[in-house]
Amino acid sequence: MQYVSPVREPLVTSGKTYHDVTQDICYQVEAAPNIRWMGALGVALIGLAIFFYSVYRTLWYGIGEWGLNKTIGWAWDITNFVWWVGIGHAGTLISAVLLLFRQKWRSSINRAAEAMTIFAVICAAMFPVLHMGRPWLAFYVFPLQNTLGSLWANFNSPLLWDVFAISTYFTVSLVFWYTGLVPDFATIRDRAKGKIAKVSYSLLSMGWTGSAKHWSRYETVSLILAGVSTPLVLSVHTIVSMDFATSVVPGWHTTIFPPYFVAGAIFSGFAMVLTLMLITRVVFRLEDYITLEHIALMNKIMMVTGSIVGVAYITEFFIAWYSQVEYEQYCFINRATGPYWWAYASMMTCNVISPQMVWFRRIRYSILMTFILSIIVNIGMWFERFVIIVSSLHRDYLPSSWAMFSPTIIDVGVYVGTIGLFFTLFLLFAKFFPVINMAEVKTILKYTVNDGPTYGGSNNGSRTPAGNHAAPATYSTPGIPASAPVNYDKQND
Amino acid sequence: MTSPAALATPVAPATDSATHSATKRFALGIFDDEDVLLHAIDNIRGAGVKIYDVFSPYPVHGIDDALGIERSRLPIAAFFYGMCGLAFALWLQIYTLGFDWPMIIGGKPHIALPAFIPVSFELTVFFTCHGMVITFYTISKLYPRIKTPVLDVRSTDDKFVMAIELDEHSSQLPKLTQLLRENGASEVNQKEMTKF
Repeated sequence: MQYVSPVREPLVTSGKTYHDVTQDICYQVEAAPNIRWMGALGVALIGLAIFFYSVYRTLWYGIGEWGLNKTIGWAWDITNFVWWVGIGHAGTLISAVLLLFRQKWRSSINRAAEAMTIFAVICAAMFPVLHMGRPWLAFYVFPLQNTLGSLWANFNSPLLWDVFAISTYFTVSLVFWYTGLVPDFATIRDRAKGKIAKVSYSLLSMGWTGSAKHWSRYETVSLILAGVSTPLVLSVHTIVSMDFATSVVPGWHTTIFPPYFVAGAIFSGFAMVLTLMLITRVVFRLEDYITLEHIALMNKIMMVTGSIVGVAYITEFFIAWYSQVEYEQYCFINRATGPYWWAYASMMTCNVISPQMVWFRRIRYSILMTFILSIIVNIGMWFERFVIIVSSLHRDYLPSSWAMFSPTIIDVGVYVGTIGLFFTLFLLFAKFFPVINMAEVKTILKYTVNDGPTYGGSNNGSRTPAGNHAAPATYSTPGIPASAPVNYDKQND
Repeated sequence: MTSPAALATPVAPATDSATHSATKRFALGIFDDEDVLLHAIDNIRGAGVKIYDVFSPYPVHGIDDALGIERSRLPIAAFFYGMCGLAFALWLQIYTLGFDWPMIIGGKPHIALPAFIPVSFELTVFFTCHGMVITFYTISKLYPRIKTPVLDVRSTDDKFVMAIELDEHSSQLPKLTQLLRENGASEVNQKEMTKF
């Protein structure tokens, strides 16, 4: 079936059996909420309260509650929007791109990462909607005829592309995530004891039975969803970058933006996945499923994308000089040495220098260092967006209009509030939904538990019609090392 | 774990003819391992026994071929939905900006196709994904329901359950039990199920 090199580290440790997987993952769903979870939810709910208060102030008194001015018409709102959307991208990368590349280690992190995507996109969507000032008119963004005439939406505008990109991204991610959840809901349903749990998980599991035909279609659906999600995730941040790149503002009007934004998005997203996973594995005792190997692999992706981002920063600077455009040159000099030098310095330190630490094996495998790095990267990526947006806007072509930006408490409140919203949603997800894709972890279990392929059968899963499956030498179950020799000569996918 | 019996009707003599009865009887072979299962499927089908279905906690690779399940045509459907999405997106943009209310935006032509690429792409993906997923749930008859007919609840946990349909009097059961046991089934049960 699958050939796994003996030098590969096992993806699931402690010799788990199928039943152990079910027990371990269902435990947090079935057990009463523990004190740490309730404490965390309490903190998240405080954040949510801050969110509601800040949104109330924004909507009741208007956008004047924010620190925006005539020169800097976009500041924290769009910074936060891009930051959140970027964070979401790692979830799709793990669930779609790594699926296409057959990276089996994604199995134990994809569920939580996809949940992170969905919640991050929800948080992101708050900012453009709130910035409208009158969110009840949000339907104006859709191509509906104007009530006064037959004026339609402007399909030439990147902001409208964003509407289509974000809504497609959100719904596709949601459907992808939910379809993956259905078999796991069925597992919980079949174990449920309480009446409410039984009925709720029955409704959620859509009558899933695990029939071979259903699994066959499920696999097809997953593969195609992964196939369409891969270009989708790239397109989303490309379009987000075009919000800037198609304008004429120095510092924004650059062709490097789409790949640079996508790399930055994956970079910050993996940092957030690491932050969440390091907490989740401890709170729910999932150390056997999210191993140090997983953390090291994610660190490597963070390092690669971080390096791409670093190269992009330097390229931008070089091109500004090379282009001989004085506005562009001034913009970049001003970023590094002007009044916002501290934001630029934070961005450079957090995003270019800190991920290079991961070259050291010690740091890559250190939980504490990884956690610190992941937080630093998220801070750095927030500063990156702040630098791009505010430092480009605050001094453009007309020196008489130059201004500085300072956020109000409401600006801070909305931002901190969305973090509260995000963690509230994530904690509720972690309590009521299986945080690890049980069905998918079970598929890799047999080939990973005992440092390689230990299954007793010589069945190589040849994709030919019935009749040629060789008889297994011994009947082995996962977790019990089989005595039969491993068949290395036939390697199938 | 609730008793599987709670979901099934008690054993009762069939009143209707076998073809019209809503009740079906099954011999259930319980397997612990996917390779044993695949081997058993080959042998049992080879012995001329029709397998009703196999329930597993995760997708077993190679089971489609072993059971003779045809390759799903969902990719064709997905392509079709994608094309519908693309056509709709192009129609929407060309009709609204080119014909219904033409406007010059940024000095570009009314029908500025390069500017239409992003929305066309997004709608293609949107239609592909949602069309395919809706089709998947519809043809698989998956919809929210209160009770799910599960033949053996362990099939969503750690067991592979092979269901073979029996006739009214379960006359093949002894023979099937032997066949399943010989092929590595750890237990063989009989089960009746209404509305399946």
